[in-house]
Formats: sequence, C-alpha cells, structure tokens
Amino acid sequence: MSTAIALAGNPNSGKTTLFNALTGARQHVGNYPGVTVEKKQGTCVTDAGTFEIVDLPGTYSLTAYSLEEVVARDFLVNEKPAMIVNIVDASNLERNLYLSVQFMEMGIPVCLALNMMDVASKRGIEIDIDKLSSLLGVPVVPTVARTGKGKEELLAAVAGNVNLPPIPLKISYGIDIDDALNEMEIIIANADFLTQTYPARWVALKYLESDKQILELGSKENKGVAEQLAQIAKRLASHLAATRDEHPEGMIADQRYGFINAVLKQDVIRYAHDRNRLQQSDQIDKVLTNRFFGPLIMVGVLMALYNFTFTYSALPTEWFEAFFGWLGGVAEGILPDGMLKSLIISGIIDGVGGVLGFVPLIMFMFLGISFLEDSGYLARMAFMLDRVFRMFGLHGSSVMAFIVSGGIAGGCAVPGVMAARTLKSPKERLATLLTVPFMNCGAKLPVYALLVGAFFAENQARVMLILTLISWVGALLVAKLLRSTVIKGEPTPFVMELPPYRLPTLKGLLIHTWERTWQYMKKAGTVILGISIILWAMMTFPGLDESSVAQFEAKRTEITDTVPASVLGEIEQAGEDTELSPQAAAVQEALAEIDGQEAQAGLRNSIAGRIGVALESVSKLAGFDWRTNIALVGGFAAKEVVVSTLGTAYSLGEVDPEETGSLAERLAKAPGWGPLTAFSLMIFTIFYAPCFVTVVCIARETGSWKWAGFSVVFNTALAFGLSVAVYQVGSLVL
Amino acid sequence: MTVVNLREMHVDQTGVIASIKANGELGRRIRDMGLVPGKEIKIQGKAPLFDPVSLRIMGFTLTLRNNEADHIHVEVN
Repeated sequence: MSTAIALAGNPNSGKTTLFNALTGARQHVGNYPGVTVEKKQGTCVTDAGTFEIVDLPGTYSLTAYSLEEVVARDFLVNEKPAMIVNIVDASNLERNLYLSVQFMEMGIPVCLALNMMDVASKRGIEIDIDKLSSLLGVPVVPTVARTGKGKEELLAAVAGNVNLPPIPLKISYGIDIDDALNEMEIIIANADFLTQTYPARWVALKYLESDKQILELGSKENKGVAEQLAQIAKRLASHLAATRDEHPEGMIADQRYGFINAVLKQDVIRYAHDRNRLQQSDQIDKVLTNRFFGPLIMVGVLMALYNFTFTYSALPTEWFEAFFGWLGGVAEGILPDGMLKSLIISGIIDGVGGVLGFVPLIMFMFLGISFLEDSGYLARMAFMLDRVFRMFGLHGSSVMAFIVSGGIAGGCAVPGVMAARTLKSPKERLATLLTVPFMNCGAKLPVYALLVGAFFAENQARVMLILTLISWVGALLVAKLLRSTVIKGEPTPFVMELPPYRLPTLKGLLIHTWERTWQYMKKAGTVILGISIILWAMMTFPGLDESSVAQFEAKRTEITDTVPASVLGEIEQAGEDTELSPQAAAVQEALAEIDGQEAQAGLRNSIAGRIGVALESVSKLAGFDWRTNIALVGGFAAKEVVVSTLGTAYSLGEVDPEETGSLAERLAKAPGWGPLTAFSLMIFTIFYAPCFVTVVCIARETGSWKWAGFSVVFNTALAFGLSVAVYQVGSLVL
Repeated sequence: MTVVNLREMHVDQTGVIASIKANGELGRRIRDMGLVPGKEIKIQGKAPLFDPVSLRIMGFTLTLRNNEADHIHVEVN
C-alpha cells in the first residue's frame, strides 16, 4: 500500500529539484484531466513505506484565479493526499509561508521542507527550526534539494507524521471578519454544506473572498444556504467599506501576512544584514537589465539560443534523414511496384521520418529554453520586452516562441508553439500560439528561394528582408486583432518575481527536456503519422485510369521501338554518374519527359488535384492556377512540399527543394507567372494554414481542436484576403 | 513623510506601503506576492522603456507594470 503525498510550493523554490531527488527515474508526466497543466507523478520507496508523490504546479497562493492554482486546489480537495510536503525557500521565507498558511487552513496535514538552507545562511539568514515548527504546529525539516541533503530526514518526518490527525489552522482576521466567520461556520456545519469536501471555516473564508469556484459549487449544492452566506459576506463587505475603506478579500490577505510576520518576529528568524540590500544577483541585473547593455545582451542571447537550437540539431536531424532515406531505399528495392509500395514509402516511412525529424529540434529548443528559464534569465527578458509586446496584447515572454518559430528566418513553428509553454498568462499564451506560425520557418525558405530566384533575382536580400518584416508586422497585428476580438479581455497582471540567478543542474535540464520530447513523440506522433497517410492518399488517389496509363505506355514504346537495342541496354546499365552517348541521353530525356507528364496527369486527377482544379476560379483572384493550388494543398504536409509538388505539376517530376534551378527557369517562362503572382504566392505562404504538424501541436498545447481548426480556417482566409489584395491592387498599378 | 504613488518613486528610493487600492484579480495578485500595507520596499530598477518597474520586498525582487503600480501608495522615507 502506498501513501499519496502532494509536493507543493512556490515557483523557484526548488520544488522540481526536490521531486527529482525524491523520485529519481521513477516518474512520469501526464496532464491534469481536461487542462494542459503538466502533472508529474513519481514513486519513492523508503524503509517506512512507499510514497506516491504528485508534483503540484508551482503557485504563490491558492485562490482560483490562475489555472495552476485551480488545478492544485482541486487535486488537494478531490484526491485528499495523506500529506502535503510544502517546500519553502528558506532565503525567502516570509512570502513562501503565505502559501503554507493556506494549506494549513485547508486542514490537510503539512510537512515543511525548508529548502535552500545553504543560500539562506550565505545571505546571513538564521532560522530557529524548532521554534518555527512549534509555532506553526507542523514538522519542519531543513533541506538542500540540489545536493539531496535532508532528503532522508524529510522522508522520516513524513512517515512519522502522516497518520496524525491535522488541526486546521485558525488565524484571527480581526473582530469584524472573525464574527462573520463564526456565524457562517455554524450555518455551514448545521446544513452540512459542502463539508464532505471542504472544512466549514474554509468554505466561509472563500465566501468572504468571493471565490468564484466555491460560490458556483455552493449555489449548486444548496441555494438557500448559499444565499444566506452570500448575504453575510455582503453585509461584512459594506461594513468594511464604510468603516475602513477596505475589501474583505484584501484584509484577509493582509491578516495572513500579519500572522506570518507575528510568528517570525518571535525570534524565529534573524538577519545579519538588511534584507533588501543588493544581492549578487542584483549586481548582475545592474548590467543584464541595464537600459543600454540589457537589450544588446538580450539580442545576443536570442541569437545564441537560435543558433544552438538550429545549428546543433542539424547533425542528428541529418542522421534521422539519412536513416529514413536508407530505409526508403531498402523498401524501394524489395517491395514490388504498386500502391502498397507507395503507401509504405511515401505514407509511412516519410510520415514516421517526418515525426522523428522534429525530435532533435524539439530537444535542443527545450534544452536551451529550460536553461534560460531555470537560470532566471527568461524572467528578465519578459521584464525588458513587456512594454513592446503588451501593445499587441501579448506578454514579454512571447518573444521566445516568436524567435524559435522563425522570427529570425529559418526557425520552426513546431518547437515555437511548444515554447509558448513558458507563458503563464492564458490569454497572452493563446494569442502567441496562434500567431507564431506566421514567422518564416525553415520550410518556407525554399519556397521563397524558388520564387525570388525566378522573379526577383536582382533584389534577393531586399525581398527576404521585406518578407521577414511582413511576417513580424502581420503576426503582431493579428495578435492585436485576436486579443481585441476572440481572445478579448484584460491583460493578465504582470506582477512577477525576478528569481535570483542560479546555475541550472544538468540532471534537471535533461529530465525536463526528455519528458517534453517524449510527450511530443507519444501524443503528437500518432496523429501526425495518421494525417501524413491521409495526405499521401489525397495526392495519390484515384490515380490515372487504365486507358491513360496505357496511352503513356504506348508513347514510351513508340520511342523505345525506334532506337537500337544497344542504346536501350546502355541506358539500362548506366549508373547515376555514367556519361551516356548523345543518342542514349536524348532517349533518356524523352522518356523522363513522358514520366513527368504521367506524374502531372496523375496528380491532376488525384483528390488534391481535383480540389486544386475546382478552386481555380476562386484562386484566380490571387493569381493562382490549379498547379499552384495543388502545391499549396501539398504544403499543408510541410511548406517545402509546395516546391516539390509544383515540380510535379509542371511535369518536371519531384523537384528537390534544395535545387530549384530548373523549376525556377520553367516558372519564369510559364504563362500566368510574373513578379506579381510570385509576390502574391509568397504572401499567401507566410500567412496560410500552418503545416499539420504545427496544427496538431496547437491542438495539444491549447487542449482543444477548436483552436487548431481556427488556425487552419482563419489563417487561410487571412492569407487569401491579403494575396487577393496584393494581386488585384498590383494588377491595377503595374 | 509623504505618501506617493509607487509609479512616481525613483530608482533606489525606499518606503513603506501605505495602502493598496486594487480589487479583483489584480488586487489579489498584488497581495499574494507580498505587497501588503506595512511592508518595506525599495525600487530596484526600471525596464529599458521605463516600464515595468522592479522592486525589492521581503528580500526578493518583484516586477510590475506602471499601470499596476498606480494602485499602490507608498509612504516614502
């Protein structure tokens, strides 16, 4: 039989480090039901028994304002853990105890892990542990989670106290509030109002704090009692407003801090220096958040993060590509020609390769961002950039997601969308998630390279710069638009801690990175593979009918019949690099042209092709013919597929996105193409539906397919509107 | 002894919080982080665009936007 223990505490108190120290590798990550907040669980086996430890999200309080707080509170109330191990930062005791007091008021047994004792003593803070324990009435164990010091003592204290009945803490909130509380407590106890789940006094407190969640539960449970309680709360509120110009909610918070202050004042804590004197960390901040050097250093850090993510992941990504290329080659060799072969190579192997191809990127991105987050620098970036991003309804922390997605051209929206996890404000986070796909990711670059090469060869650099600016301005304006319409609402308060700079532990970074990468592979992977197969089917079926296939075959025979057998033998035997005789080369080229025509006809006849042809009358407004339409449908798989599909549509066979010279020449001469069409297509590429891997990630990160669907429909509509505007206005002017 | 708005305080200035005039979510967040009457604070710095502001309280560093600081009145030393 294992005992359920909840690990709770403030952010930056070393909670995750302690969790890792206690559970080691025996942990797994999931989500709390219905929300995207991570739930970490682990097992800890000791002589005194086995503990099942749940790492609650880090919070400063237990009101129901933020998702993390609601999740933590619901867990404590519904799962009723045998004990809360409350980790508190000894170097920041007073504020950390604010949460502890709220746990104690809930009537769940609490054990305090007084963490970062080493930091505290370095700062000249002395804590009388026994006195603190006896004044609060809970066991207190000093720990240093980074080194694992105090771990055994903590577990012993938990084992020794877990079965003792808890005494809910009763704080005096002043005569007015106390009177109201007592009156309410009696009503609640007599009516058995919500007492199955919550202590009576706690419910009363929540009524005074006008806690939305509890008020709703209350009116569902018993309308009459709820009304009675609300009446008392209202009476108290107007009394406090009249006599002291205060709200009960504010006074309760003040009194909690007052209680903590009173405890600490009884010689529990001693400071060798003034508490607010500058620490080493603040000296560093004088440089890193300096008005002139701060932004410069930040640009450097962002460039470094970008290079780290995309340079170092390149090699493992190549390995993956080489491996799947090899696997495809093997399948090519052993499988008989036909649909099954095509499904296995183009559907499954490319699909799995597509899923795993992102893994190195995601790992390096999380490693880099975890380092910045755990070291404390991320909070400084949010601090410096907040003024800018707030204008667009975003948050200072949004910058990370934008940069990774391709704010510096060449990123990737998949890790970018995931990077938005560092945002704790729900509305700002959603707006960030939905707008980062507008950045110029690495897969859009081959499309630009093709079009710029074909139509703007003389102004390459300038056009690329313009495209980068358009994507940034577009993303920020759309964010503003979303925040004033579908994600409307007051900005989430910025009130944020700047944690002291700390060197992250390697173990913590690796565990964190691995967990998130694994989650991507497990959860997004299967969906991505499924969609990849569907897209393959759309581009393949129904294929050419037999008579058309026979026609192409006849054309081939027509050529091969006229040439001598020796030439055919030469082609048959030739390797890739063999120099062919002029006659053989001409024959090979003629055959390749027929293959290209056949592929084009097949593509045009496929489901995607029919969609492309059907949409031509509409897409003409933006200057796109059916070939471009099919390519854009293909681009939903990955944006660089636009290039290879255009190749097929122009009978060139599949074009390698890295070598687009022949296609560029073809486009430059093709009817209906010109700089205006190319520019319109580039605008469309920036803004239209994110690739489906990103869409799946948006669904995962927002916890809802609704927003994923929104991003497909809204982005495509926006892109089409902009492209039409560009094309139509351009046609008039030029 | 004068009471000023937190926004008006300059870097390195110290004072004691006199009152908080914010309710709802913002008021709660402000108080949860320890900004309650009677606490000593010291302005530590301002972001490059002069907003948000960072301050020291109870031995740690906190940041808030200027329009949030407007709700906090401080008795400056």
